[in-house]
Formats: sequence, C-alpha cells, structure tokens
Amino acid sequence: INHIVHNGGLYKRPFNEAFEETPMLVAVLTYVGYGVLTLFGYLRDFMRQWKIEKCQNATEREEQKDFVPLYQDFENFYNRNLYMRIRDSWNRPICSVPGAKVDMMERVSHDYNWTFTYTGRVIKDIINMGSYNYLGFAQNAGACQEAAAKVLSQYGAGVCSTRQEMGNLDKHEELEKLVARFLGVESAMAYGMGFATNSMNIPALVGKGCLILSDELNHASLVLGARLSGATIRIFKHNNMQSLEKLLKDAIVHGQPRTRRPWKKILILVEGIYSMEGSIVRLPEVIALKKKYKSYLYLDEAHSIGALGPSGRGVVEYFGLNPEDVDVMMGTFTKSFGAAGGYIGGKKELIDYLRTYSHSAAYATSMSPPVVEQIITSVKCIMGEDGTTVGRARVQQLAENTRYFRRRLKEMGFIIYGNEDSPVVPLMLYMPAKIGAFGREMLKRNIGVVVVGFPATPIIESRARFCLSAAHTKEMLDTALKEINEVGDLLQLKYSRRRLVPLLDRPFDETTYEETED
Amino acid sequence: FQAPAYHLILEGILILWIVRLLFSKTYKLQERSDLTLKEKEELIEEWQPEPLVPPVPKDHPALNYNIVSGPPTHIITVNGKECINFASFNFLGLLNNEKVKSAAQASLKKYGVGTCGPRGFYGTFDVHLELEERLAKFMRTEEAIIYSYGFATIASAIPAYSKRGDIVFVDEAACFAIQKGLQASRSNIKLFKHNDMADLERLLKEQETEDQKNPRKARVTRRFIVVEGLYMNTGDICPLPELIKLKYKYKVRIFLEESLSFGVLGEHGRGITEHFGINIDDIDLISANMENSLASIGGFCCGRSFIIDHQRLSGQGYCFSASLPPLLAAAAIEALNIMEDNPDIFQTLRAKCERIHKALQGISGLKVVGESFSPALHLQLEESCGSRENDVKLLKRVVDYCMNSGIALTQARYLEKEEKCLPPPSIRVVVTVEQTEQELDKAASLLKEAAQSVLN
Repeated sequence: INHIVHNGGLYKRPFNEAFEETPMLVAVLTYVGYGVLTLFGYLRDFMRQWKIEKCQNATEREEQKDFVPLYQDFENFYNRNLYMRIRDSWNRPICSVPGAKVDMMERVSHDYNWTFTYTGRVIKDIINMGSYNYLGFAQNAGACQEAAAKVLSQYGAGVCSTRQEMGNLDKHEELEKLVARFLGVESAMAYGMGFATNSMNIPALVGKGCLILSDELNHASLVLGARLSGATIRIFKHNNMQSLEKLLKDAIVHGQPRTRRPWKKILILVEGIYSMEGSIVRLPEVIALKKKYKSYLYLDEAHSIGALGPSGRGVVEYFGLNPEDVDVMMGTFTKSFGAAGGYIGGKKELIDYLRTYSHSAAYATSMSPPVVEQIITSVKCIMGEDGTTVGRARVQQLAENTRYFRRRLKEMGFIIYGNEDSPVVPLMLYMPAKIGAFGREMLKRNIGVVVVGFPATPIIESRARFCLSAAHTKEMLDTALKEINEVGDLLQLKYSRRRLVPLLDRPFDETTYEETED
Repeated sequence: FQAPAYHLILEGILILWIVRLLFSKTYKLQERSDLTLKEKEELIEEWQPEPLVPPVPKDHPALNYNIVSGPPTHIITVNGKECINFASFNFLGLLNNEKVKSAAQASLKKYGVGTCGPRGFYGTFDVHLELEERLAKFMRTEEAIIYSYGFATIASAIPAYSKRGDIVFVDEAACFAIQKGLQASRSNIKLFKHNDMADLERLLKEQETEDQKNPRKARVTRRFIVVEGLYMNTGDICPLPELIKLKYKYKVRIFLEESLSFGVLGEHGRGITEHFGINIDDIDLISANMENSLASIGGFCCGRSFIIDHQRLSGQGYCFSASLPPLLAAAAIEALNIMEDNPDIFQTLRAKCERIHKALQGISGLKVVGESFSPALHLQLEESCGSRENDVKLLKRVVDYCMNSGIALTQARYLEKEEKCLPPPSIRVVVTVEQTEQELDKAASLLKEAAQSVLN
C-alpha cells in the first residue's frame, strides 16, 4: 500500500507513507517458526514439570505454597519459552550519556539468559540508534547542562509536595509560560511523567456518557487513560479517515448504545508519530472531520514535538495548520528535549480546569527543578531565543538525516514502514529467530539497535526500530548503513520486492517530489 | 439396495434446502433505524456537544496555587513571604543536603539530565541498577524495582498482579494512587472500615462461604489485601501483626504501601515491618515512593524476586515510560547512604512529632488527627459548619493567618468528586528533622491564636 498525496487542497506538502505487504513466503515461514518454538516450549515445560530439566525461574515461598497461584502457567508461556531465549536484546545497561555514541556494560549469560553476570568490561562508542534523542539534547556538557547544574545547586533535586499544596515553584510557572509560547497556544501545564499525563488527564476531561474514538495503534498510556475515564471507547483503523468518519456519523446519528441519548461529547485520540509504525497522523483530514462533526481532538505529540516541522514545533507546524484547531495538545519532554515529563497545551479554560481537577495536580509530586531547567534551556535553544542558531540547525539536520537514512535503506532492499519524514524507522524482520540474531549481530559490529516483537507488534510483524538523531553525523550514518547492509545480507532481510531507483546523493531539497517505481 | 421411500423424500428435501441456502442472499441484520440520508444529516446538524471543559469559578480554592520562589526547604518563600516550612514532606531534611546535591551534580556531569528511553531500550543505566540493589539491601528483600513517578508506582503494581475476577480487600482510607491502581485492575474491590480488623474478618469469612459454594472458581481467584503503612489521609498506622494472622488464616496476599512510613518508622527507618518486628518475607509486596523521606522523585517496589520480576514485563508505568533521570537516582542513593550512616535521625524525628502532637492538643475548634509519632498530621474542624465549601473557606482563613505570621501550612487537597471515601477538609501539618523546638512551639501557639481568632 503506498499513499501519496491526495484529498486535494488539504495537504500543502506531499504525504508519502508506505506499508509494504508481507511477502507470502515470509509470512508462512514466520508462522512455521513460531510453531516450532511453541512445540519446543511445550516440550520444555513438560520436562520441567517432570523434573527432567531444572526449573530456573523463581518460585513461591514454602509457607505460601497452598495459596492461590499468583501467575497462571499459560500467561508466562511466552515469557519462559520465547522471550527468555532472546532476552539479551533488551534492558541493555549503559554507563554514559545516551547521545549519538554510548558506552555499554558488557554482560554474559552462562545459562541461556536466565541470569546475567557483568564481566566488568565496558564496550565503548557504540553508535546509538535506539535512544529517543531526536534533537541531540542528551548531552552532559553545554548550555543546558550548565543551567541545570546551577538550578540543582540552588533548588535541590526533589520537591516533596504536590502542585496544589506547596510544590508549585516559580520555575514551574516559567516553564509553563514558555511551553505555551513555543506551541502557539494560550496556556500550558507540565507534569512529571509523560505516561501519567495521559492516564491522569483523559479521565478528567471525559467521563461516563462521553465517547472516545481512539486509533488502533495508540500507546498504552492513551489506552489506560481512556479506560480509566469510564467513557465508551470505539476504535478506528490505523490512520484511516473513512473508518473514523463512519464511526463519527454512526455515533451522532444513533446516540448512546441502548438508551439512544445523545453523546455528551466526542473525543478523538490520535498520536503525532506512531512509534512502532513510523507513520504520521493525517492531521488535516482529522481536523476537517472534527470541525464537521463538532468533536474534540486530543493530539499526543510524544514523538513528533521537536522532530517535525521546519522549526521543530511538531506535527501541527509540519502540516502548516493552526494550533488553535487542536483542542488538547499533549506531548512529552523525554524525547526531543532530553529531560523527563509531559505537558498539555490548549485554551486557558482547559488549562484552568486541569489545574483544578487533574489527578496529577492534586496527588502527584511536581517536577524536579533541574529537569525543569533543562527543558527551559532546550526549548529556548530550539526557538532560537538563546541567541544562537543551534536549535534551527539541529532541526534541519534531523530532517536531512531522516531522508537520507530512509532513502538508503529502501535502496538496499529492506522493507521500511512509515512516512518519509518520520525519524522513527521500522525495518521489518518478521521471523522470530532473526529478532535475536539482528540485535546480536549489530552489537558485535558496535551498533546498538532496538528490536521489537510480540506483544508490542502483531505476531508476525516483528521489526527493528531505528531512532535517528540530529547528533548523528553523516559518517555515523554511513557506518551504520554499511553494517546494516552486511547484516541484511547475512540474515537475508532484504525482502522488498519493489526496487527504488537509487538517486544520486544530492543535497536535501524540500521541494523535490520523490518518485517511486512500481 | 432399495431405500425406503420416506428416506429418499427426506434426502431430496434436504438437497433442495441446501441449494436454496447456497443461492439466497446473506442474512442482513435489520438496520437499527430506517433513517433516510436527509434525516441523518439533520441529526448531525442538530447535535450540540457539551463544552470540552465546564468553566471553573475564578475563586475556586484549588485554582490559585501558592508560588514558591526558591527551594522548598526549611525556610520557604511563599507568595513573597518568608516562612518556616510545615507543608513539604521533607521529613529527614534531605532536600537541601549538600552531599545529596553534590552526588546529583556528579551524575549530571556524567549522564546529562534525561535517559531518552524506557528501561527496555537503552534506558537502563548503571545508577538504576545500583539504586535497585541498594534499596533491596536496605529493606532486606531479594529484589527492588524503580519507577520514575511516585504515583505510578502503586498504580502500576496492583494491576500487574490483580486482574479481572480477582478480589482485593482495601482499607477505606487508602490514598488516591491505590484507588486508581484498583480501578485499572478491574478486580472486585471490597472496602473495609478503616483499621477495623473485625470488619475485614467479616468480609473474609463471607468470601470463604462464597468459595465453598464454588470451589473451582475459588481455586483460581487470587486475593489481596492492600493497606498503607502510615495512612496519608488519617495519619495512623495499620495493625500489621493482626493482618499477618489473617493472611495465613484466609490465604490472602498482602500489598503494603509505605510512602509515608519508609524512612520514618522503625529503628533504622525500614518502615512499618521494622516498627512491629515482622519478618519482611511475610509481606508479599512493599511499595513506596522516594518523594518524601528520600527527597528525590520516583518510587520503588521491593519484595521477593518471584513477585518483583513480574513487574519488569507487566508493570505499565515501568515498561512504557522513560526511566528515572540518573541525577535523581544518584540523589536517592546518597540519601540512602545518609539514612544508613545516621540512624539516630529517626529517633529525633519521632521526638519532634511527639512534641508537636502534644502541643497541638487542646486547640479550641480544631482536633488533631494522627498518631503521636506520625510526621504528617491533620487538623480537622471539631464541628463542621454545614457544607464542605464553608469548612474549606474557614480553614483557608486559619492557614492565611499562619502564613502571614511566618508559618507555611497548606490544606490537604483532594479531588472531591473522584475519591471513594472523601476525608473531611483539614490542614496538613508536616514535621521535619530540621525544625527546632522553638519553631515547633511557635507553630503550635500560632495555630492556637489563629483558631481563636477565626473560629470564635
């Protein structure tokens, strides 16, 4: 499926998103692979039960053996038999700044990943393609770090109180005004954790009698927030505007399920960039639909703030739209700003309401001051208010890196999902054995990648996900591409059946139209 | 062979029926409403949603925050006025500690601020592993797991174990984070009266008789009791020895939330298990946040590996969220070091709590709610004046009087519509190690004065 710009007039720039279909042979082989693993899983469980094989995982206390078992055996089947085998691809401990290059602590396992021991050696200068460091603000030196150090020595690390009680520092007020200015909205509020921003504020906005229309592939925090609110949830196909329109029409015409009362309000939950697919939301169409059917839009820009748009202001700027059209603009500071926390921006009434009724304002400790200062400094840098053009340069570098990297991978023949402009690049692996193999082979060649399988993705669509950063230089990208090419040949990962004509390496030109050969 | 005639006729009818079914149109559910396109469009035109948020009155008590300029330490500048801090949960005074700050500075120089990823994807730093080890060693359990947000700790831990169909017995005065965790878990919630073991036993007995009716279901229904060590809403402790007895009698697991009691109770600050001298393995899961005594941010759960390891794949706040910034983890490690090196601060804190508890007795119009050794007390109105709104306004005047005279206090804030059992409005009084005896006495006498002038 290859979507190029359409729906004339709403899009001011080409919208080029592709999700190549899984080749039939590969799908069959993947199922066979999972089948073999499941069979072996049953065999090993049988052997463990009959004590032929030693059971390695922790067990219940002797005194509590007659309690109801805490975990169902079947729940852990996947964990014991599939996840354990390739567990070393995740939770890799690092011991330096998570910048473009990172140092990792070496660990080995002598019992097939049941336990790990650290050899004490540190693997240095691994090219980091896994951390969410889009604008390269994960630094331990420079303006941001110095400002944070000053605030740390003045204010301390913690706050020990909630926003509504005694935890509202002047730094928080400064941050919120700055974020509102950055986004182009009336007012904003910041929270200590991005996940909690969603799960604690969606219940404050909607309740019983309201309808939530949520995208198929929304993040766990949005799903949890929607569930906790008590509203009715309906799911539309990923980024599919016809599906969304049908749901909206049906909802307004038919009302609530049995009583036929009209819905109190309808909230559409979408994300800016979906981190597992690399796709960008079709925001112009969503806003057109929202206006036509009088519903409200909640946009989660966790990955897209700072990463899209000519000046880094997110997906709204990328499409050239008005930030006032989005009712609730939510985002996180973890990815592009190198800090931690989340924010919500919108009209003043909305933010005043959240200040009074948000769960986080009343019960959760406010943000730590040095973290707040890091965000303030990085936002000022992106906006150019610190007097340099560093911010602007980084945003442009990220866009260049994205285009270049995606283009080169597609030329090599890998299946890459997602939009041309998204800095999240999923490379399809499909087969379960290749998940572990890819992670390990790349680490041998000093490149750190993230691999994801079930349950974060559908069972046959496991993938490797690269997160590009403005801190990656062209040399690093070239090294990485060379290694990926090698590993791709070794593991036979080049599934793509449509070959792109390799364009000459010309400089990034925003107005060129990318042609594909079908 | 000759088949009987009825046999042939029956088979013939069946074949004709199959042919008919093969060629008939698929059965369509009757359209729920036979509306024409024009009627649908009219409905869409007419529908008016509620505004996204209702307007908030400008003088709503929770809308206008106190602005603290500068660090929220012992001497705090609130709304421009310098006061002594009786409102921040800085029990051990570690917020302004130089050693803690310098450990955090060193970590900042090495790692920067953020971790740029969840624990599974290059977000695990050696400081996190060290902090987990230290916490496990300090609490004398096998393993500990860290979360990056205090609220999310217990709210992610409960749904990881308790699912739909399981039963949770929880105290009425449980804090909001526990309530959210229970709501996310979709289990059956049974509330028992605050600290009333007889009520809990009654509920457990009822459950037992239910089980005998349906033993098959009972064999797979997990049961949990969720209690807090030191309750935030009422300032008293749970009777842990009786709970342990009930645990083994009725085969229920105990989850203990120790946000306020960690670093406060017990000879070495290990919490309520040390206070009562109970074997820590008897408690299935201890959850606490590091935002009170440890003066950092985040939370942790500790217990046996059998239990804690499960959260590494099913704790939502752990898997789907970025990890704790390393400077905060380093600050927590240093705070733990200080706690281990100076075990006498717990005794000092307890003495100060006793002192102010005694000094606050006998204020006309206000009653003290909380144990004598609890550092977080509540002052509630002895008689309510009718509506909660008026009570809140009255208490605000008391708080303002104190703030104007140099003691920073705050009212305990709740979300009135969301709490299951809303506590009455109260003033929160927090005792820290840094407060001197004169300051404690000054606060007590000021509160007496305020109560006199406002309430009489």
